[in-house]
Amino acid sequence: MKNSFVKLAALLVIVAPATSEAARAWLLPSQTIVARSGGWITVDAAMADDLFSFNQGAMQIDALAVTGPDGQPVAPQNPAKGKTRSSFDLELRQAGTYRISVADNTVMARWEEDGKPKRWRGTPAEMATGIPANAAKLEVEQTQRRVETFVSVGTPTDVKPAAGTGLELNPVQHPNDLYARETAKFRFLLDGKPAPDLEVEIIAGGTRYRDSPEEKVFKTNKDGEIAVTWPAAGMYWLEVSIQDEKASVPGVKKRRASYSGTFEVLTQ
Amino acid sequence: MFRKTLLMLVLAFTAIGGAATAADLSLSVDIPQVQVAEYHRPYVAVWIEGADQSIAANLAVWYQVRGDHTKWLPDLRQWWRRGGRDLKVPVDGLTGATRPVGQHLLKFDAAQAPLASLKPGQYTVVVEAVREVGGREAVRIPFEWPIKAAKRDSASGSKELGAVALSLNP
Repeated sequence: MKNSFVKLAALLVIVAPATSEAARAWLLPSQTIVARSGGWITVDAAMADDLFSFNQGAMQIDALAVTGPDGQPVAPQNPAKGKTRSSFDLELRQAGTYRISVADNTVMARWEEDGKPKRWRGTPAEMATGIPANAAKLEVEQTQRRVETFVSVGTPTDVKPAAGTGLELNPVQHPNDLYARETAKFRFLLDGKPAPDLEVEIIAGGTRYRDSPEEKVFKTNKDGEIAVTWPAAGMYWLEVSIQDEKASVPGVKKRRASYSGTFEVLTQ
Repeated sequence: MFRKTLLMLVLAFTAIGGAATAADLSLSVDIPQVQVAEYHRPYVAVWIEGADQSIAANLAVWYQVRGDHTKWLPDLRQWWRRGGRDLKVPVDGLTGATRPVGQHLLKFDAAQAPLASLKPGQYTVVVEAVREVGGREAVRIPFEWPIKAAKRDSASGSKELGAVALSLNP
């Protein structure tokens, strides 16, 4: 029985598409609106399909970057990695908006060695040492992932796109200025340019307490924008991803880029 | 309940509708008694909202002044988003300590700050209250500026605010 399970697992590895579905990635801030005097917040980082329940796995936060209103990095404090979530504290004293992001740029490779499947994942710089030069049936794919949330102390300040690569949010409506029954416009950029015809999925938190996930899908217009009318206050999760052949790593063609964000919608 | 509210209103109008020499805007705000095991005085913001819902004038902000309790000001959600977050507290003549249960009178001279700078138009007086371990409520009364004739209007909250009475005296 156990043997057949191992065989099945091995088979699944072989037939699984290069972009196997991972659990949903999200950051969950303890609050998104902080008084002018500033204060401490805690952020949890998890990979779990239930929003926002820590019931699958912790998110790696090696690539965590927190940027203050002045564009300077803010050092996370008390970082911890548990079994079901990672967490860290942030002391926010400067007024304005903070971007909290886990963004990574990795390469996934599959090949065969002596008839056996091999897998490797690492940074573009590690490719030369990680993948054998003569790997047979080599398939490589670049993955640009960005997971974000935003917190504002006092008056929110402009959120500018940070990287210019992969998928990014360039909000028209400030992500800390969202209210129930109001419409917010969000613009998405791919490699720094407005990204039309993307399907953006939005799901309200509390999926465990509903029979249906009630996900809503919005298609970006020619300016890369969607207009979302929030049905109720709460924490929402948004995800958008693309697959194309515009990898930026030399020797790699296929690219998968994703953006996911957590946004708090407040009561009227 | 209705009779009590009516009585409160009569009292409120009697209190704020006294003989005035200069044009003024008077407001009576009733902080109701709430039967709960743990009671804290509410944070209250009173402001004049313009047609675009921005704050045309802040009239009063009551919060726990002792200790650093400005942390909870964003719980006055409407006031916070409409401009409370831009305000550096404390502000002389505007911010003050939380008030006890009862009727509180506010009176503003039309020719003085903050009313003197109001442009003619439609406005709304908003009173928002939020109580620790309690609820949040906002009460609105629309009015026209400048004051052309004496006008009295009132509205009432259901839990966190009692009667709110507005009196405009030309």
